[in-house]
Amino acid sequence: MKFRARAETLLWGAQRASAAVLGVCVLVHLVTILYAVRGGLSGAEILSRTRGSLGLALFYGAFVVAVAIHAPIGLRAILRENTRWRGASLDLAMAAFGAFLVWFGWRAVGGLFG
Amino acid sequence: MEPTLKVSIWRGRDDGGFAQYDVPRRDSQTVLDVVTHVQRHLEPTLSYRFACRVGMCGSCAMTVNGKARWTCRTHVSKVVGADGALEIAPLANLPVIKDLATDMSVFFDKWAQAKGRFVGTATRHDAFATVAPASPQRQAANAGIECIGCAVCYSACDLVSWNPDYLGPAALNRAWTLVNDVRDAGNEARIEMVAGDAGCHSCHSHQSCREHCPKSLNPTASIAGLKRATLAAAWKGGA
Repeated sequence: MKFRARAETLLWGAQRASAAVLGVCVLVHLVTILYAVRGGLSGAEILSRTRGSLGLALFYGAFVVAVAIHAPIGLRAILRENTRWRGASLDLAMAAFGAFLVWFGWRAVGGLFG
Repeated sequence: MEPTLKVSIWRGRDDGGFAQYDVPRRDSQTVLDVVTHVQRHLEPTLSYRFACRVGMCGSCAMTVNGKARWTCRTHVSKVVGADGALEIAPLANLPVIKDLATDMSVFFDKWAQAKGRFVGTATRHDAFATVAPASPQRQAANAGIECIGCAVCYSACDLVSWNPDYLGPAALNRAWTLVNDVRDAGNEARIEMVAGDAGCHSCHSHQSCREHCPKSLNPTASIAGLKRATLAAAWKGGA
């Protein structure tokens, strides 16, 4: 299989796989919210329950990676269907968008759990 | 007084408009009967396409009251509103040649693009291939093989309207039947083609093709099969 067809297929596979991960992540996230806000909603109170938890930090770190894989691939499809933007510039922009999501997502994870 | 249908029919090309006709209502009347009545008795210059009139040739598909249908097997009683109104337009997503006749070249070109041609290896000197009717490949091919090429699915597909390069449900369904044909030797090129930019991975599984198919086929399932087959090929690095 040539590069282009293979890349399109693997991108599709990556989006389906990341969607499966996200499905689990969202459920765990909802439970985590209930846990984190019990008894009070101030920033300090929430942080006191989240900080230092390595397990939650790893979980949310993986959550961010799944989002960073899933969202740019989906956005790329939407842009190709609704605009004339195609080719390498679109692919590079979406890769940059994915890197942006990883960077800021991990930064937020570090702030909550670090 | 004889009951009549208030029929609006598209006239002209893409920039045309609807013209109104009163057509006598008959028992067991099909939409194709209505169009034929208009052409024979009211508007001799009306252009439309049909051949077999029994749901085999796939040439008479039109947009009836906003929905793509085969007109020869669509009874008026099934689609007409309470006010007796019937709106008949050419298929969407295809260029209009004139009135109700669309240019289907692009639709069939995409079948060729998707490598919808059987690639045989046997000669006349070989014995007939034996394909077990219950084998998974034969069953998968059977599920999509009755396509009559009417373009109803292509006309109803959101993806085709968003991305005119998209191969479309019928061409991909055809490719899937050949992927499952154990006699065929063209799968490497076929898998390569349907995995491209405008191939099976563009499908959102809206299932409009399945909803509209007059033969009750499920092109969405065929496309899902192609997605799995292309992923397996990409994972291995070949077809």
